[in-house]
Amino acid sequence: MATQAGRLTQAHRQRGLFAQQEAVIAAAILVMTFVVSLANPDFFSATNLLDIAVNTAYIAVAAAGMTMVIVSGNIDISVGSMLGVCATIAGELARNGTPIPIAFLAAVAAGGLIGAINGALVAYARIPAIVVTLGMLSILRGGLILVTQGRWIESLPEEFFFSQRSTLGVPNPIWVMIAVTILVGLFMKYHRFGRAIYAVGGNAEAARLAGIDPRRVYMFVFVMNGLLVGLAAVLYASRFTAIQSNAGQGFELAVISGAVVGGVSILGGTGTVIGALLGSLLISLIGTASIFLKVSPFWLQAVQGGLILLTVLVDVVRRRRRA
Amino acid sequence: MIAPIIELREISKQFPGVRALDRVSFAVREGEVHALLGENGAGKSTLIKILTGAYQPDSGEILLRGRPIRIPDTRHGLALGIAAIYQELSLYPDLTVAENIFMGHQPGARWRVDWRRMEEQARAILQELDAGDLDVTQPVRGLSVGNQQRIEIAKALSQNARILIMDEPTAALTKHDVDRLFEIVRRLRERGVAIIYISHRLEEVFLLADRVTVLRDGQVVGETMEVSKTNQAELIRMMVGRTLDTLYPKEDVQAGDVVLDVRNLCYGRTTRNVSFTLRRGEIVGLAGLVGAGRSELAQVLFGITPAESGEIRIEGRAVRINNPRDAMALGIAYVPEDRKNQGLLVQMNVRENATLAVLRQLLRRGFVDYDAERRLTQEYVDLLRIRTPSLSQRVGNLSGGNQQKVVVAKWLASKPRVLILDEPTRGIDVGAKAEIHRLMSALAQQGLGILMISSELPEILGMSDRVLVMRQGEIVAELDRAHATQEAVIAAAMGADDLRSEPLPA
Repeated sequence: MATQAGRLTQAHRQRGLFAQQEAVIAAAILVMTFVVSLANPDFFSATNLLDIAVNTAYIAVAAAGMTMVIVSGNIDISVGSMLGVCATIAGELARNGTPIPIAFLAAVAAGGLIGAINGALVAYARIPAIVVTLGMLSILRGGLILVTQGRWIESLPEEFFFSQRSTLGVPNPIWVMIAVTILVGLFMKYHRFGRAIYAVGGNAEAARLAGIDPRRVYMFVFVMNGLLVGLAAVLYASRFTAIQSNAGQGFELAVISGAVVGGVSILGGTGTVIGALLGSLLISLIGTASIFLKVSPFWLQAVQGGLILLTVLVDVVRRRRRA
Repeated sequence: MIAPIIELREISKQFPGVRALDRVSFAVREGEVHALLGENGAGKSTLIKILTGAYQPDSGEILLRGRPIRIPDTRHGLALGIAAIYQELSLYPDLTVAENIFMGHQPGARWRVDWRRMEEQARAILQELDAGDLDVTQPVRGLSVGNQQRIEIAKALSQNARILIMDEPTAALTKHDVDRLFEIVRRLRERGVAIIYISHRLEEVFLLADRVTVLRDGQVVGETMEVSKTNQAELIRMMVGRTLDTLYPKEDVQAGDVVLDVRNLCYGRTTRNVSFTLRRGEIVGLAGLVGAGRSELAQVLFGITPAESGEIRIEGRAVRINNPRDAMALGIAYVPEDRKNQGLLVQMNVRENATLAVLRQLLRRGFVDYDAERRLTQEYVDLLRIRTPSLSQRVGNLSGGNQQKVVVAKWLASKPRVLILDEPTRGIDVGAKAEIHRLMSALAQQGLGILMISSELPEILGMSDRVLVMRQGEIVAELDRAHATQEAVIAAAMGADDLRSEPLPA
């Protein structure tokens, strides 16, 4: 009985120290907002904070998809190129007179299709996800430049700018971000398939022996991720007056760091969508803060990369301690 | 009295929960083949690893040519002339024969490999092994197991090994390659190499060895003997002569109808023409040495590696099992041997683990019904007496015995008709072990058919209504409870011909 009690307190202690990465990130967000506001009071204004949230929205939507992919034990580094392609599709269709809702749906569907190709190559051809999506990243980026020939998409119809509008006083992207986080979060926690994603990512062999087909899970997470990147592309494209042909460059770094910093284990099997949202928020907060503090933007990438390495290091050390 | 080249004195080695070696003394002379015998888990592997430097003894002395030495790692072991050839060969498939032989000690200066010299020396060594026909510039991939083994031996000789340990060298060889290996062993003996020869094939001991030492439960049984002064029956008695304790509460159950009927099941080289039946309420023990094909048979039955031919009948109905899902749908459950890798999701909690295989039954519109899930888990936590602070405890934080119970719970929840348990009590403490045995007995009473794979003879004999013995992928003996003795099981498992009526399998 004594050892059992010991084990119990040990488990609690672990939880208190490390386990709730979400709480740690939330605290980091608050501390950071406070400190930067002290340095530059303009930072703490409604418009600026709302702006940060809007900036976070398309990252967080894609990070929800990335959470599924990473929890299943995979990675998708093609999301930046995918965002560019989907945004371009939505823009081109809208400019050529396609009804706006259909243009948006087409962008989402294109993301799903690209995700399906990624997923099929990972699940059925058994090529490591990093290789598949590296190839996809390059194909899409190259193809996009070829097709657009580097031109920007401009003179879009007024209804196209979904992200510039608000509903009930809150900008639309924030609504989408909240809805996606809640829906995907509930799905991951309570749906049979969500449970299967954690199971496969934690131990694919044990999951297979329990009757779960890992290939279907891989296929599923890549398609879902594609659809969500398509949705993120819609948020992104409809925000500014022009869509650049290099749209989404470096986006994968923001999305992956958002998820990983938010506690989604790069080794698979653990992590939550709400964590990924908080991680994404922290990442864009750092971005905006660097402007307010007049720090060179080149620091930003280094800080993002450093955060990834730091959180992965904490994760690996924590796992080793438990093993 | 010839002075030994290497001698172990009073070597002990403790692992968590097991005393792997207990004051083992043992000496090998130059130019002898010294057979080392013992059941699974008798301590042979630990002994080898201490000799090669892979493990450090807790106490005791190692003497090389009469002088005490320490072997801090395998590199030092090799430098002292001690080399081992394991059952699983460890060659680099894409490197050439010569590169493999000289891996880590290539001739040449510090930054340069003298390829010509390396190839010449490789050729010369293979010539000595009567394998001069091997092209030393050819990659190892694709060579026969026999040739690969000769390369391993050449590797040892290229480092001037004077003490060569061979761990079940004939396990994967064809008859022809076995003959060639024996020839090589005899040649090495003539050159004064000391050979420690581990084999589960008793006939080989009598063909090849000069002296023999038997290990049991980490201790040397009796003393080293001249092979010419003993016989198979005596060696088997020495290996198994252990008293049965009364830890095993299998209660008598009137066996019911046949629930699983397997006929001529085949898969590759590991499952060959296997036929047996399992009745409701019966516990059938599957005994055999490591590598005899027991877990492989379980994996065929569970659809992990679907059968290539043969018939499986569940309650009289012929079925096809192509994947684990088919097996589950038919009411077969499999608790694998390798808990950590095949059974548990260590970062998920008790509840999520326990319900993983039956989650489909706990759904409302695709979403998990939490209350039903919690109730089901609580039921099995109570039934199996799983000691956990809560249902949401991560299973990685539970003890080994409780982890095993969680895996068992997962499969019991699927309400199986046939339960396959692969080493159900390996690595768990005595108390948890007894509980699992009591549970097995209770489940059999409720009409479950249980197939239990175990490497612990007392467990097999204590728990089983019937014992099947496997050897080289085949079932070589079926013994009922009354006739299943340690000697009979081990004799069948090792293929000792003078203790068995039927002829040896080819």
